[in-house]
Amino acid sequence: MYNYPDSTGHFGQYGGIYMAETLIPAVEELRQQYLHFRDDPEFKAEFAYELKHYVGRPSPVYHAKRLSESLGGAQIYLKREDLNHTGAHKINNAIGQALLAKRMGKKRVIAETGAGMHGVATATVAARYGMECVVYMGAEDIQRQAPNVFRMKLLGATVVPVESGSKTLKDACNEAIRDWVTNVESTFYIFGTAAGPHPYPMMVRDFQCVIGNEAKVQMPEMIGRQPDAVIACVGGGSNAIGLFYPYIEETGVQIIGVEAGGHGIASGQHAAPLTANAKVGVLHGNKVYLMQDENGQIIETHSISAGLDYPGVGPEHCLLKDMGRAQYVSIDDDEALAAFDALCRFEGIIPALESSHALAHAMKIAPTLSKDKVLLVNLSGRGDKDMNTVARIKGITL
Amino acid sequence: MSRIQTTFDKLKQQQRKALIPFITAGDPSLQLTVPLMHGLVAAGANVLELGVPFSDPMADGPVIQRASERALKLGMSLRGVLTMVAEFRKQDSNTPVVLMGYGNPIEAMGWEIFAQRCEEVGVDGVLTVDFPPEESHEAFEHLQRHNIAPIFLLAPTTNEARIEQVAKLARGYVYYVSLKGVTGAGNLDLSAIEQKLPQLRKHIKLPIGVGFGIRDAATARAVSKLCDGVVVGSRIVQEIENSNEKNVVANVGKLVKELRVAIDQ
Repeated sequence: MYNYPDSTGHFGQYGGIYMAETLIPAVEELRQQYLHFRDDPEFKAEFAYELKHYVGRPSPVYHAKRLSESLGGAQIYLKREDLNHTGAHKINNAIGQALLAKRMGKKRVIAETGAGMHGVATATVAARYGMECVVYMGAEDIQRQAPNVFRMKLLGATVVPVESGSKTLKDACNEAIRDWVTNVESTFYIFGTAAGPHPYPMMVRDFQCVIGNEAKVQMPEMIGRQPDAVIACVGGGSNAIGLFYPYIEETGVQIIGVEAGGHGIASGQHAAPLTANAKVGVLHGNKVYLMQDENGQIIETHSISAGLDYPGVGPEHCLLKDMGRAQYVSIDDDEALAAFDALCRFEGIIPALESSHALAHAMKIAPTLSKDKVLLVNLSGRGDKDMNTVARIKGITL
Repeated sequence: MSRIQTTFDKLKQQQRKALIPFITAGDPSLQLTVPLMHGLVAAGANVLELGVPFSDPMADGPVIQRASERALKLGMSLRGVLTMVAEFRKQDSNTPVVLMGYGNPIEAMGWEIFAQRCEEVGVDGVLTVDFPPEESHEAFEHLQRHNIAPIFLLAPTTNEARIEQVAKLARGYVYYVSLKGVTGAGNLDLSAIEQKLPQLRKHIKLPIGVGFGIRDAATARAVSKLCDGVVVGSRIVQEIENSNEKNVVANVGKLVKELRVAIDQ
């Protein structure tokens, strides 16, 4: 039976608690508190209530008929996480962690954000539960995702631009960790993806599993069976693990994670550590496949999508790759943009650029499959935040 | 007996405390690191902490972050740091050298090769900031095999059970992080250090060095009264940043001399 992480927070050789000593007691406390409340009926009930009445769950599964017909092969279904309150799957995890923070008596929450969706989700729950909120965001991402920066500010959060390193998600993580180590007693770090030190990869996965758990009920209702494949984009990999995890032991369902191919794997300018078979290394509290140079320095990644622009990946995806249970592929910037356009035109849905990667892979393989095959794509977020990026690429000034 | 132990034993006999400066290898230039190391010793340093620059120094404040960026831009690497220690050892076979940094450059090289090279070039201890005892089994095994001391951090948040755990693994000396924060932070609380040390001493029989946030002669002196060694990093790195290539060795030497005098008072 698949049962990870082990009691020390490892997924095989991956994961762990690679943090400075000052924070180790904090992650240990978090682990204990999470294990306690995870099974607490009152916690579970409140989480379920919030997901239903505040987020609007369950999110529907939608048959993208016109898009599927245009491709002439497998049927593409979309798990509509874009319809969640705040517009992405990130809110599921943010609520879970905020409810935990509340029970741990923490009045201040911090977060890192790339595309801004996790920052918006954290700012949202901080407003909802009356907590102070500070969000760290790379200066380059602040440019790319200006509307989300404004949303966070409207919600009462302080957005701190991070000017160090590549000025993207990994640097925002570094800065959030520096804040946490300084304010460890008052502050709860709402980590946005299924990575980082144990228990985060497990906890974020558990909170996101609502995606896969719903899909496992919805698919039989719609088509009388489970899909042939589940497909999701992978940056850190939280939306993906949320969909994949409940399907791990459904061996008839293929699992495909789609990484950001950027300018192409061969160019070296991408954010696809699994696809490119990057060397295993240690960053941000966990041991994972990690994009680095021969001296172990982390290299700058590239993706059109800020949310996937990260040199590492969650430890459970590393294990699933090694086990062969999941397959990891990449989609480059142009393919993602083509999928973005296609979904707008064929289905009237504007997807996030992150989710467009997953969709692009489904569109790539659908024509090679028969019409009775079903691909379930996690449409992890909506594309409103990407208007500036897409307009710029199309040469349009808004 | 190891160089670290010899050094602390000798200081103890003299009723003096160790002065442990930190510099980032390769900052301000690849050529100046070894002269700076000799300059630190000449000014009164007892143990040298040599920072191995890393692209993502999560435990460091802005001063050491910038030093790492400068060094990496000049092509500094873990291999290069080891070569510098070999160069330093040609003229100094007594002063202990401890490499301090993050785990990934070592992971990339491989712990066995790294530990072997450390032994060859004369590194005495290794402090890997993001490798707590729980994740240090492999590192510990290889370092021990090559007589390199694994140096561990303890923090204000460390509880008694963890202090015991570190006591079992640590060799050389133990580095107590004096405050909750990053290197170079300004919120040093002397009374908190004073309160914590008896708890540490109960389990830790090795010398205890205290660092993070020691910014001038007065704080160095006050902290030295509480422990066995004072680690000064950001303040020295800042002096390097504020100097030019011509006066950096002299300026840093002057600063370290002031610290030495203060500690010995």
